[in-house]
Amino acid sequence: MYQDEELVFSCPQVVADRPTHYCPGCHHGVAHRLVGELLEEMGLVEKTIMVTAIGCSVFLYNYLLVDAVEAPHGRAPAVATGVKRAKPDKFVFTYQGDGDLASIGMAEIMHCANRGERVSVVFVNNTVYGMTGGQMAPTTLIGQKTTTCPGGRCAEREGMPIKMAEIIASLGGSAYVARTALNNVKNINKTKKCLRKAFEVQTSGLGFGFVEVLSACPTNWKMSAIKANERIANEMIPYFPLGVFKDATADVTGEAAGKGEEGK
Amino acid sequence: MASGDKLFLKGNEAIARGALAAGCQCFFGYPITPQNDIPEYLSKALPDRGGAFVQAESEVAAANMLLGATACGVRAMTSSSSPGISLKQEAISYMAGSELPAIIVNMNRGGPGLGDIGPSQGDYFQSTRGGGHGDYRLLVLAPATCQEAYDLTRESFDLAFQYRNPVMILGDAILGQMKEPVLTAPDRPADPAEARDWSLDGAVGRGPRLLKSLFLQDGALADQNRMLQAKYEAMRAEVRWECFETEDAELVVCAYGTIARIAKSAIRKLRKKGLKVGLFRPITLYPFPSEALAKLVKPGRKFLTVEQNLGQMVEDVRLSLCGLATSEFFSIYPGNLPVPDDFDEPIARALGL
Amino acid sequence: MSLYQDVIIAGFGGQGVLLIGNLLAYAGMNQGLNVTYIPVYGAEMRGGTANCTVVLSEEEIGSPVIHRPLSTIIMNRPSLDKFQSRLVDGGVQIVNTSLVDMDLAEQGRIRSVPVAAGEISDKLGDTRMANMVALGAYIQATGVLPLQAVIDSLVNVISASYKHMIPKNAAAIEAGAKAAQ
Repeated sequence: MYQDEELVFSCPQVVADRPTHYCPGCHHGVAHRLVGELLEEMGLVEKTIMVTAIGCSVFLYNYLLVDAVEAPHGRAPAVATGVKRAKPDKFVFTYQGDGDLASIGMAEIMHCANRGERVSVVFVNNTVYGMTGGQMAPTTLIGQKTTTCPGGRCAEREGMPIKMAEIIASLGGSAYVARTALNNVKNINKTKKCLRKAFEVQTSGLGFGFVEVLSACPTNWKMSAIKANERIANEMIPYFPLGVFKDATADVTGEAAGKGEEGK
Repeated sequence: MASGDKLFLKGNEAIARGALAAGCQCFFGYPITPQNDIPEYLSKALPDRGGAFVQAESEVAAANMLLGATACGVRAMTSSSSPGISLKQEAISYMAGSELPAIIVNMNRGGPGLGDIGPSQGDYFQSTRGGGHGDYRLLVLAPATCQEAYDLTRESFDLAFQYRNPVMILGDAILGQMKEPVLTAPDRPADPAEARDWSLDGAVGRGPRLLKSLFLQDGALADQNRMLQAKYEAMRAEVRWECFETEDAELVVCAYGTIARIAKSAIRKLRKKGLKVGLFRPITLYPFPSEALAKLVKPGRKFLTVEQNLGQMVEDVRLSLCGLATSEFFSIYPGNLPVPDDFDEPIARALGL
Repeated sequence: MSLYQDVIIAGFGGQGVLLIGNLLAYAGMNQGLNVTYIPVYGAEMRGGTANCTVVLSEEEIGSPVIHRPLSTIIMNRPSLDKFQSRLVDGGVQIVNTSLVDMDLAEQGRIRSVPVAAGEISDKLGDTRMANMVALGAYIQATGVLPLQAVIDSLVNVISASYKHMIPKNAAAIEAGAKAAQ
């Protein structure tokens, strides 16, 4: 660095300086980065115990340099409950995909939220099982083709895609619930703001924090990264509206916040 | 609780109190008969002591909460009965793979399926062969009295942390529901440093720690399994058993847990009739006291294994006898309440009378 | 031979058979004996018959479950039907004649001791103490423990908020013992 240069931007130290295993255009790297930035900005790195889940993000512990425990598929909210009850002064979060959280782990996420566990959940919804090779997820959109619904998801046969943020917001123990997206810079910045709130309701003892992050999986969607970002705006957001569904710090109602058209 | 008190306790409550005496700080459970006295007792006692009690949404969740708490190096426990233990197997496998010192209590009830709420030893294989997927072992302790239930639970936490391995307390519906006098022992809170070298408490002044059971790199899983195997071998040092009237016995009855104490009643009665019968009772089911049993082999001495299942421990008994002797087997079918009279006929038959 | 006694105590749910089972076991423990107590539990607890088994012994106790008991306390008719034939030859059976016809009780093979537990407890002013009357009769008939040891153990089974009931229960135990003399 030259003497007259000033460092105005750097990578958070808590994010490992190594290439990820994610596909080009995948949003996991962006989500990891946002979490890492917040852990540092909020002074939480040394207080954090991270609970990793099963799916593409199973290797999260290779990229975020904090204490971590690996949970069985879908059980991260239960494991996080055990961690938080054993160590109430630690900062505890899970990072889960849609198959993990909304299918096999539906019971665990619902009850963890309902108990109002003081933990935070980063829910990456990309409407598909990524790591196992593109099978139908509980959030797969109607008509979306996957390897296990090759003709496209059909409501009569497979039911409707599950809207987790709305469900979690309806539970008594959740203190902050939002849905955001990572398809453009504006939404990425918004995601970071929402994640900060979800972390803050834990550190202030208010309750359970939850952010559903709409993300791209170009590989399993079989499209380019650019097209994948467009799909988020054109197909996902209309069905999964962005917004804040619950905010115990601001008393925002789901009705007022849930129908946003922003971010398209 | 002052130590040295003589209390009249249900087996379930003895286990709960034994856990408290060992410094157990967290309990995660889900209701199922016949073990409900354990969560009921701890739901008050743990919060009173500043600990945590959670009634989970399922046994699956309870066992995974246990995984989370033990990853923090905290003394924690779950309890259930057979159908619930089946549900906990997922997390038990992960805890064995991640080397977490969890205590799991199984008050065995009748099966298969929903079975009944009476006593059974049908979960012997499940307990001693791992239970979930993959190769692993639990240290399995099988108390036969309420006192032993208290003492072994109190010790189980030390064993779990010593070996960084899940420990199972295997009782049954009779042990859980019966009451006996129990002499309490002094509380011995956990050594605050016992998990210092591996537990998660935030990476302060050190690199991050990771507790996991996924090993994808070439050779990594093999190394992990080699290390686990060495640990399971080392656990053999913990082998425990009881011999009763075996010195001059022509027939040695092999039984564990409640069935062993009921066998003892039958053996006392038959001894008074002049029959030379003794009892070999494994207290650790894994590691199985093979060497101690093999030492009982004598020319002409016979063995009879009695279990309340269709024949499970008898396989370990026969392996232990190394072909130098064999063991007859008598089954008390789960669903029947075992009583001392049940033993008369099989013992007479095994003696050739 | 060292002291050994086992007993099945049986009646309707609500007659307090588990309470006197506990009381007997506590009294044995307070006398320095080995004791076990096991209730029948689960589905049978609701509305049907309730029973428990108590074993008192100077030796280590093997089985807490007894199929052919040395003694019984029979508080109602279904219990007589269920347990009388199981009683060993020479065994002792306490029969609550307030609810069980004494003509149905065997004499000879076993010793049946009648006690009008209901009427006696009524006279003492509380019909709910029939269980204590029956236990008093049992102690008198078997001599397994000193009566006073049982009375002294009431404090172990009656919760602190009902402490004022202890003298009444003690009187019921004594009345039962007197009736069985």
